[in-house]
Amino acid sequence: MIKVLFFASLRERLGVDKIEFIVDTPLSVMDLRLAIIKQHPAWESELTKKNLLIAVNKEQSHIESLIHTGDEVAFFPPVTGG
Amino acid sequence: MNLSLSIQADDFNLQDEYQRLLESDNLSGAIVTFVGRVRDLSVDKKIAGLFLEYYPGMTEKALDNILQEAAKRFRINAARIIHRVGQLNGLDQIVFVGVTSVHREDAFAAAEFIMDYLKNQAPFWKKEITESGDSWVETKDKDKKLFERWGEK
Repeated sequence: MIKVLFFASLRERLGVDKIEFIVDTPLSVMDLRLAIIKQHPAWESELTKKNLLIAVNKEQSHIESLIHTGDEVAFFPPVTGG
Repeated sequence: MNLSLSIQADDFNLQDEYQRLLESDNLSGAIVTFVGRVRDLSVDKKIAGLFLEYYPGMTEKALDNILQEAAKRFRINAARIIHRVGQLNGLDQIVFVGVTSVHREDAFAAAEFIMDYLKNQAPFWKKEITESGDSWVETKDKDKKLFERWGEK
């Protein structure tokens, strides 16, 4: 099982802050994203936005990062703190 | 080296933070502090307030990484970041950065470095609350340029 989190504008557009996803591991973030889109086709345009950022286990990651069972993956828009 | 951070809903007091930096070492001849406030106007929109979202667990890690990187790049003795989250009003204090160093050059540079990195790397998101509705703040090219001038890690 993989925990997938969404933040800020992305969370609002998808209407959900967290999903739990069962998928064969290990797999790349890109493959995880494909599997999520297969289950939620309406999310495709949001989840394939070029400027979306990715974290795996609360560390900045990228689309090729490998994920394992029990990992926490987060997708979020560019940050605007400070 | 005295590095610390706080993500909090409560306001902070500059005098207390300055005192804390003063007391953290007696080697520093330079103390730089920066306070960021919520602007109450943005492109002609009157901003009633701001909501600050973050990623608990990751945001702390990201700020800690920034402090560690600043300590590697500059000769500093102490550095502290405070960032507020949740509901804020126009002109509220939102962020504090304080740095101490033997000399001013490293203190000024490290404070700027920390802010430029924070703006680009730390998972915080601002939502503006205006009379005509709420909207998520977009990133600014200016902030990206300020970040990129420091080069790769």
